[in-house]
Amino acid sequence: MAKARVRTTEKAGATRRQVLRAGIAAAAVPLLLVRPARATPREMEAAIRAFTGGAEMRPGKVALDLPPLVENGNSVPVTVTVDHPMAPEDHVQAIALFNERNPQPNVAVFHLTPRAGRAAVSTRIRLGDSQKIVAIARLADGSYWSDEAEVIVTLPACVEN
Amino acid sequence: MARTLINIPKQTRRGEVIEIKTLIAHPMETGFRPLANGSLAPRDIINRLVCTYNGEEVFRADLFPAITANPYVAFTTVATESGEIALSWTDDRGQTQTETVAIKVE
Amino acid sequence: MTPRQPGRMTARAALAGLAAALPAVACLAQQDGRQDGRLSGSAFMSAETREMQADDAANPGMLSVLDGEALWSRKEGAAGRACADCHSDAATSMRGVAARFPAFDAARNAPVNLDQRINICRAEKQGAAPFAWESPEILALSAYVGLQSRGLPITAGEDPRLAPFIERGRGFYSLRQGQLDLACASCHDDNWGRLLGSSPIPQAHPTGYPIYRLEWQGMGSLQRRLRNCLAGVRAEPFAYGAPEYVELELFLMTRAHGMVMETPAVRP
Repeated sequence: MAKARVRTTEKAGATRRQVLRAGIAAAAVPLLLVRPARATPREMEAAIRAFTGGAEMRPGKVALDLPPLVENGNSVPVTVTVDHPMAPEDHVQAIALFNERNPQPNVAVFHLTPRAGRAAVSTRIRLGDSQKIVAIARLADGSYWSDEAEVIVTLPACVEN
Repeated sequence: MARTLINIPKQTRRGEVIEIKTLIAHPMETGFRPLANGSLAPRDIINRLVCTYNGEEVFRADLFPAITANPYVAFTTVATESGEIALSWTDDRGQTQTETVAIKVE
Repeated sequence: MTPRQPGRMTARAALAGLAAALPAVACLAQQDGRQDGRLSGSAFMSAETREMQADDAANPGMLSVLDGEALWSRKEGAAGRACADCHSDAATSMRGVAARFPAFDAARNAPVNLDQRINICRAEKQGAAPFAWESPEILALSAYVGLQSRGLPITAGEDPRLAPFIERGRGFYSLRQGQLDLACASCHDDNWGRLLGSSPIPQAHPTGYPIYRLEWQGMGSLQRRLRNCLAGVRAEPFAYGAPEYVELELFLMTRAHGMVMETPAVRP
């Protein structure tokens, strides 16, 4: 009786494993088709490459200003300034923001003209987790400059379910 | 029409760099938020903000779901002449809302 | 985001999560210059969030205020009458009004909060259907009326007829409830300034409602916040407009008597 029960258990166990294995195999196919739930550093690199066209990117000129410790990831104030003239022949053409671990690596692209007078933009962004943020400026001469910041997003205690 | 809030100095001197602050009421639905039934709320964001100054584009922003609900965008422009500054927000459905503000330049 | 663990927690476990007193907040009490040690929720916020609240061109709560301003002059209901038709310029007629709510309503022989007062006006003066709790409209109107008290001291609770209701609100505030067996006072009197998770616990002075809360990504009323707290201690929240909430609101506003109104405040 005891023996029989053991055998039954083994059999049931094997069946469960088989079911699980089959389930994973079945699930794996659609999983490969949907987007990952969050971006990865590699996805951010790809998004940055799409913006720069693979051009060399140098640290400097750009100042990415955001709080190192964030109270609520739903709204993180960001200011990007570029220390560069805004003359018609030589100016900042665009400023792009990227993140590492949101569902998508792109945050915003700001297109500037010499009529901006100054290369300075502010906005508020969502951050799903602590991560690296990158700001890149494209100048009229085709050069790219960047700055980056690590942000810690704290989990708010009193979330609403 | 969504509520907007545009802040521009009412009066300014020619050549001065002024800051334009903009807010618009919008949920900025990311497309990644699960609903109670397990499906995802369809993405619905403002994906573009364009600023023109007397008809000429002076600033444009491409926005992604990582921008907060009720998006805030602030930028600068050189006060060149009196006239009209127009801001246009475009959403995922292709609908555009334009608001204009008068600017007086001395 | 890290998934939050469901399941039961004891009050002890919850309080064990409170870190040691936060020096940064403790010294704010001195900076604030208050003698009585009461601090608005804004004293516990980051500099960035305080700046967001302080700049009307950046405070997203102002979008709701503008909606409220438009509603103020919109003709409503069977009477085809706008708020402005009776109250004319809100800047004058509504000055200090939000600061004294919840107020005693003689017809109901009970306190009503500002949202309820607005809906009473709609029913009795405008012949209009009430705005739903937490609807953009009721939040907009109360934010617009609230703005007219910004910078003024809270005066709620002065009417002597309110005394028994204030006491009931005080009782609710001190009542341990929910699976965590916590009273409002357990956090906001006994442990303010300490961290719950990574958030400092404020003193629960409702100085800026309706607020734009970053967690909500929108506007919300004090009752929404109270429901949020009740759910947080694993208690069954009351329905919107329940007398328990109005009495608690009244007690909290009375407890904040003399503090400065900040509507529309921004909170994390």
